[in-house]
Amino acid sequence: MADVVVEARGLSKRFGALTAVDRLDFTVRRGEIFGLVGPDGAGKTTTMRMLASVMLPDDGQIEIDGIDVLRHPERTKQHVSYMPQRFGLYEDLTVDENIRFYADLFEVPPQVWRSRADAMLTASDMTTFRARLAGQLSGGMKQKLGLICALVHTPGVLLLDEPTTGVDPVSRREFWEILYGLRGEGVAMVISTAYLDEAERCDRLALLHRGAMVHCDTPAGLKARMPGAMIEIMAADPRPLWEIVRTLPGVKEVLLVGTGVHAHVDDADRRLPEIEQAIGAAGVAASRIARVSPSIEDLFVALLELNGKRD
Amino acid sequence: MLRRILELLIKEFLQLKRDRSARFRLLVPPVIQMLLFGYAATFEVFNVSTAILDLDRSQESRALTAAFVHSARFRIARGAETQRDIRQAVEASEVQVGLVIPPGFSELLRKGESSPVQAIVDGTNSNTALIALGYVGQIASAFGQDYAQDLAHRTGRALGRPMVSVSLEERYWYNPNLNSRWFFVPGVIGTLTLITIVNLTAFAIVREREVGTLEQILVTPIRPVEFIIGKTLPFFLIGLLEVSIVASIGMLWFQVPFRGNVFVLLFGTSLFLLCALAIGLLISTLCTTQQQAFASNFFVLNPMFILSGFSFPIASMPQFLQWVTYADPLRYFLVIIRATFLKGVGLDVLWPQMLALAAIALSLLTIAVLRFRKSLD
Repeated sequence: MADVVVEARGLSKRFGALTAVDRLDFTVRRGEIFGLVGPDGAGKTTTMRMLASVMLPDDGQIEIDGIDVLRHPERTKQHVSYMPQRFGLYEDLTVDENIRFYADLFEVPPQVWRSRADAMLTASDMTTFRARLAGQLSGGMKQKLGLICALVHTPGVLLLDEPTTGVDPVSRREFWEILYGLRGEGVAMVISTAYLDEAERCDRLALLHRGAMVHCDTPAGLKARMPGAMIEIMAADPRPLWEIVRTLPGVKEVLLVGTGVHAHVDDADRRLPEIEQAIGAAGVAASRIARVSPSIEDLFVALLELNGKRD
Repeated sequence: MLRRILELLIKEFLQLKRDRSARFRLLVPPVIQMLLFGYAATFEVFNVSTAILDLDRSQESRALTAAFVHSARFRIARGAETQRDIRQAVEASEVQVGLVIPPGFSELLRKGESSPVQAIVDGTNSNTALIALGYVGQIASAFGQDYAQDLAHRTGRALGRPMVSVSLEERYWYNPNLNSRWFFVPGVIGTLTLITIVNLTAFAIVREREVGTLEQILVTPIRPVEFIIGKTLPFFLIGLLEVSIVASIGMLWFQVPFRGNVFVLLFGTSLFLLCALAIGLLISTLCTTQQQAFASNFFVLNPMFILSGFSFPIASMPQFLQWVTYADPLRYFLVIIRATFLKGVGLDVLWPQMLALAAIALSLLTIAVLRFRKSLD
């Protein structure tokens, strides 16, 4: 495939007895947003750091643009941009000075980076803050500035490690708009996130658990893989509901969500009336019982369950 | 490559421009320390507090007492009536020196014989004690000679023959008045520069590590050597500036003469600064937080200071420590800076020190760069 930009094969990293990343295989294509999803300690950051060549893997290979990253780390740096959870901004430099600093390190011609910076600052609504010190920006603006610094050299591959953690919803939306714009330009992106609603915005997802890849597919494809169905029961006080539903036959997992519970059942048509009946018999209030399409969170729990990797 | 190094340089100075406390730390403490050292650091002993117990109560004993009273070296802190008074005064640190003129002092002198005087010295500070005792000896022997001459004159040379003596023609070269400030001020320049530059370098790099900018820089195409040059060059320039400022204070304020060639000193300073930068860089590879760096700096800089010959003579150290001093760059720089200031000698004399500094700088820098590259993985 000509448009594969990132390819990882058998990628592994151990820290003493702990296997942080366990034989990962995946590819990312041009103009694709590839999401790494998993709980804390699943190996997302370690994978990112190896892709960015700031950490050497114990095993496996990484190719970016067909170049072996482990053998020629210097040659890929020009094409790759890495944005860690906290981008390394100089808080005592201004917005403009930070951009200029990273542009110079990548030796971007001044006319080029100036016009790129102008466009990106305008797009992210930050033109009025150019002379402000980075340390005086809000969390969301800092991340946007980090992204601008990371993009000032027009990379073909963008690695984003939980870029929106601690960022307000408005900034998050703007942030994703920038990412969609980059996708249109053909940038390959690897993004790790703890927000499952963000995972749904990715083109493809890799579910990681304890360093290993559990599943890798499009969000829709992953949902199709989920056996059984999801039933949503809404209630003001979901706790008693959770107590009842989890004991019923055919219910594999019950998740508390904000507005009620999500019950993962083997067969919706058969179990829905049974649940309704059981709730009625217990006299617990429930405002709505219906089959819903699973969220990524449901999916994640269900797929891990299916793989028997949960203990 | 040049553009990246230049950008790092610009960035470093921009940060310095914004950081008021860093500018303060750069200028004010060295100047204050220079002034403090210039005024306070001295080996000379004046105003030694003294008690004199005169048990003879004669014209001669009063004349000897007067010789001490009129000397600027001694200050009569209290009188004494008994031996116990002297003991108490020394124990209570009221006096450092107690002189006891025994009964019969004048009797012996009048017979033209030598007459003992007891000097009790508080030896807690061995250095001061030794120097004070030297002054006691000088005053006593001057008194003795005067008395002998006078006696010989009065008795028509029947008594008190003038003794045969070797007279010393003393000439102190380079520092004719043995002004200890002249000795200390150039040394302080070297010491202050070392401390400031090692601290600045170590902290600047550790801060980048702490804040996360180091990792961010490493994913750019910059090479470790470029980073190191861009990161240390500013401190090299700052170091030169600092030496100039502190040296100017020494020359203009404290009137320490500069007799040598500025370029010889500049060359030696450059080599010395390279050593300081390498030490700072090495410390930064061992530390992940600025606190650790602070502790390490203290651990490294203090021994370097003690072993440098700044105030403790290297020749008096145990043989093993003398060997260790050969690895101390400050040792060589102190020789260079004192020699260029006071002796006015040039490279023809100082080349061994220059060579030693260059060798230390080269090996430290090599280790530092290798370690730095390794610390990135």
